[in-house]
Amino acid sequence: MNMPVYVSPEQLMKDRADFARKGVARGRPVIVMQYDNGILFVTENVSRSLHKIAEIYDRIGFAAVGKYNEFEKLRVTGVRYADMRGYAYDRSDVAARGLANAYAQMLGSSFTTDPKPMEVEIVVAEVGATPDEDQIYRLSYDGSVADEPGFVVMGANAEFLRDHLSNSFDPAATLDNALITAIETLRIGAPESHATGSHATEPHTPAAQGKSTGTQQEADTHEILPRNLEIAVLERDRVRRKFRRLVGAALPSVVTDALSGHHGAPEPDNAPEVAVSSAEPGPDQPAAEGNVEADSGSP
Amino acid sequence: MNPEMMQAAGNGFADQVPHATTILAIIYDQGVLIAGDRRATVGLRIAHREMEKIFPADAYSALGISGSAGMGTEAARLFQLELEHYEKIEGSLLSLDGKANRLAALLKSNIGMAMRGFVVIPMFVGFDLDRGIGRIFSYDAVGGRYEEHGYHQTGSGGVHAKGSLKKLWRPNLTKQKAVEIAVEALFDAADDDAGTGGPDQMRNVYPVVATIDKDGYVRVPEADLAQITAQIVTERTEFEELARTSRGYNGLELTSPAPIVTEQGN
Repeated sequence: MNMPVYVSPEQLMKDRADFARKGVARGRPVIVMQYDNGILFVTENVSRSLHKIAEIYDRIGFAAVGKYNEFEKLRVTGVRYADMRGYAYDRSDVAARGLANAYAQMLGSSFTTDPKPMEVEIVVAEVGATPDEDQIYRLSYDGSVADEPGFVVMGANAEFLRDHLSNSFDPAATLDNALITAIETLRIGAPESHATGSHATEPHTPAAQGKSTGTQQEADTHEILPRNLEIAVLERDRVRRKFRRLVGAALPSVVTDALSGHHGAPEPDNAPEVAVSSAEPGPDQPAAEGNVEADSGSP
Repeated sequence: MNPEMMQAAGNGFADQVPHATTILAIIYDQGVLIAGDRRATVGLRIAHREMEKIFPADAYSALGISGSAGMGTEAARLFQLELEHYEKIEGSLLSLDGKANRLAALLKSNIGMAMRGFVVIPMFVGFDLDRGIGRIFSYDAVGGRYEEHGYHQTGSGGVHAKGSLKKLWRPNLTKQKAVEIAVEALFDAADDDAGTGGPDQMRNVYPVVATIDKDGYVRVPEADLAQITAQIVTERTEFEELARTSRGYNGLELTSPAPIVTEQGN
């Protein structure tokens, strides 16, 4: 005869939260931050078609980490929600706050009632007419919503990267400078390079202004190929649909400069494998692929 | 009861709502142009002088509507939504043929209203990104879809615009030339059709002219249209003047006692 094992509600919730948090922490970090003329989304993503950053509506963008199939479902629901609203009322009536609330309901009920909570963390960002009207909402796996001022970092090592970015973040930075800041932050954010966590409190101020990171601990950084960066912006002064992906010809040259500027510097712990050419896969390539497998939702 | 009202009721409710009139499209070397006048009419009354009948469907296509104005603008709004929704969900644009077919399906779903008299005849144009050319699609009231070559026109003034386009259109037009031809054809349509509004220099209302090529949908600035219109007006004023003076008409009275004889003599 089977007797159900008693599990206290506290323990049940804790187990679910731990499970979801682990799933989220496996994803490559995503940075969402304000710059002088809008909101910037940057993440590392080896896939060029399975996006982690997406357009929801005219002024609203979406970014996610975690299991691809789960956040893709949320994205599609969000697009549907926004398009229906905009058609029923007016395009100006679609706002990020309403969407964030709808997502919070979905995530919250999934956390408590589904067999398994969603292993995702998402951002809903809306660019306003002025920087003061910009809104960035971060939603966690349990449906909790946070209205984040300025910037958000999600995914692997989020806490550490958040501390790093808070030192260098400038809401009035130009797009180029904001990109440099974001890329520098992503470069130090390799999950494997930060396993020890001993340097978590070290300030990394020089990275902020796009200077050479010669002063930075080289062991922290990892190579990112330009084609593995997924970048998009919500541009304040665009008409109607303000979301734009920065790919191909639209990719600012500062991105490749910021990435290639580091190739000359040998990295102590993996110098033998470092390829001088940016076109060749770096030593971290297998790790990157493995990570997207986690992002894509394969077991 | 007012007999006019009786007649209107007899013809159906559909005759009492605004109608949009002439729209045309022209293929040029880099893409396709679409243009429409600004007048909406209810019978012989002008319902609106600044109506816009050309809508960007997405970044690389546009549609113009003739027929029942309210139904047409609603159809355009729904069509825009469908294209944008597809683009966001799928992460890629529909093919131009896919968009054209979707519009046909939309018209077909409106067949009930079309039979009650609320007919919408759209015209769809776009830049085919796969083939690098501009294309024109025309439709009938029940959703029939036909690809047109070179140029096309629809609406009450369409027949007059067609004559104009037939004489002015050439293969491999430049964009500038295409814009000039579009304005001139609409000028001709307005000249001979009461339902089509001509360029209104007094109110500064000009046709909507938009070009679509690899740079996407771009609306031609009003200043350019005003300039082209001024050219056409100057040219035609001159012609009319010549035509009149050749008949001996100076604008006030006939100077020649027997102008008809003079003309016969020629």
